[in-house]
Amino acid sequence: MAETISLEVLRYSPERDAEPSFQTYDVPLRKDWVVLDALNYIKDKVDGSLTFRWSCRMGICGSCGMMVNGEPKLTCATFLSNYANENKPVRVQPLRYFPVIRDLVVEVTDFMTKLQSVKPWLIREKEKPVSDGEYLQTPDQLDRYKQFSMCINCLLCYAACPVYGLDPVFIGPAAIALAQRYNMDSRDEGAHERMDVLAQHEGIWGCTFVGECTKVCPKHVDPAGAIQQYKLTATIERFKTFLMPWAAR
Amino acid sequence: MSDERPPTRYTEYHPRWYRPRVSTWWWLARWPYLKFILREISSVFVAWFVVVLLLQIRALSRGPEAYAAFERWLQNPLIVLLNLITLFFVVFHATTWFNLAPSAMAIRFGGKRVPDLLIVGTNYAAWAAISLVVAWFLVRS
Repeated sequence: MAETISLEVLRYSPERDAEPSFQTYDVPLRKDWVVLDALNYIKDKVDGSLTFRWSCRMGICGSCGMMVNGEPKLTCATFLSNYANENKPVRVQPLRYFPVIRDLVVEVTDFMTKLQSVKPWLIREKEKPVSDGEYLQTPDQLDRYKQFSMCINCLLCYAACPVYGLDPVFIGPAAIALAQRYNMDSRDEGAHERMDVLAQHEGIWGCTFVGECTKVCPKHVDPAGAIQQYKLTATIERFKTFLMPWAAR
Repeated sequence: MSDERPPTRYTEYHPRWYRPRVSTWWWLARWPYLKFILREISSVFVAWFVVVLLLQIRALSRGPEAYAAFERWLQNPLIVLLNLITLFFVVFHATTWFNLAPSAMAIRFGGKRVPDLLIVGTNYAAWAAISLVVAWFLVRS
């Protein structure tokens, strides 16, 4: 008989349930299976009603983020075998701090609105005509923001952030890291536009540097670093407006 | 400040979504959270050491008798216990801060980011050097 492993999956049906509950499934324990493979096995062979988001299954699309044994994880990159020796079921829950729509699917409009508010695109004061060619960039200039550009919007950092959980108006780790991705880009001229949103209590100053966002990030973006570095930038800019009011925009 | 900032928007209330509540005891659930809370509490103890230092300076300015009274007060077992706890928290405060320093300081040198270990190491080295200077003054007197 093949080895199996138990999964305790959170189920919630908005039509039937007032409260979510756990349902346990036994799935084959294969060396090369990740938690997402187990969920797909359940959906294909055991219970077709189980609902969850996934797409690329290779850590690029950022849609399969869930809580696995209480830790925010990309389920496509979390191997079942890591939990095989614990002798208790693997607990799979929807991402923490987000409203649950059904089973493991969470509502992320809040993040989408916040992401848009920091204008995560290249802003130019004056676009140059296409005939003038590209905006050139040296490898050094690329290196300054490249780390922050690796974000896949998987929201594991939000599920790790108690500040976001306690104070949902906080813009949050990924949105600030992505704002920094454009602020640090040599081709961008929109830093002062983003500052109005970022240098607020709901922006960087809401962060108390718990640092868990950076630890759970599957793409090594370091949102906590981005926020602390921006605190320094915002402070310097503020002092500049006091000391040199004529230079203010 | 420009007026372009979009108003803070909340996700609309939706009766069919399940909204889990954050427990008051969330910080007990995981060691990193508890460590974070301890780090935040450590600021109270740092403030206590500042108060002790100010009291010491006041006693010093009031002459030898006042200073002797201050030293007697320091020998009170309760104060000794409190100061031992405070010492632990101040060291905890310092080490956690030094360990976090590299992510707050993205220093670039010769087109490369200075490695984290170097920033942490410099902080600890400066701490050790200053402690040695202070120790030298204490031993000398």
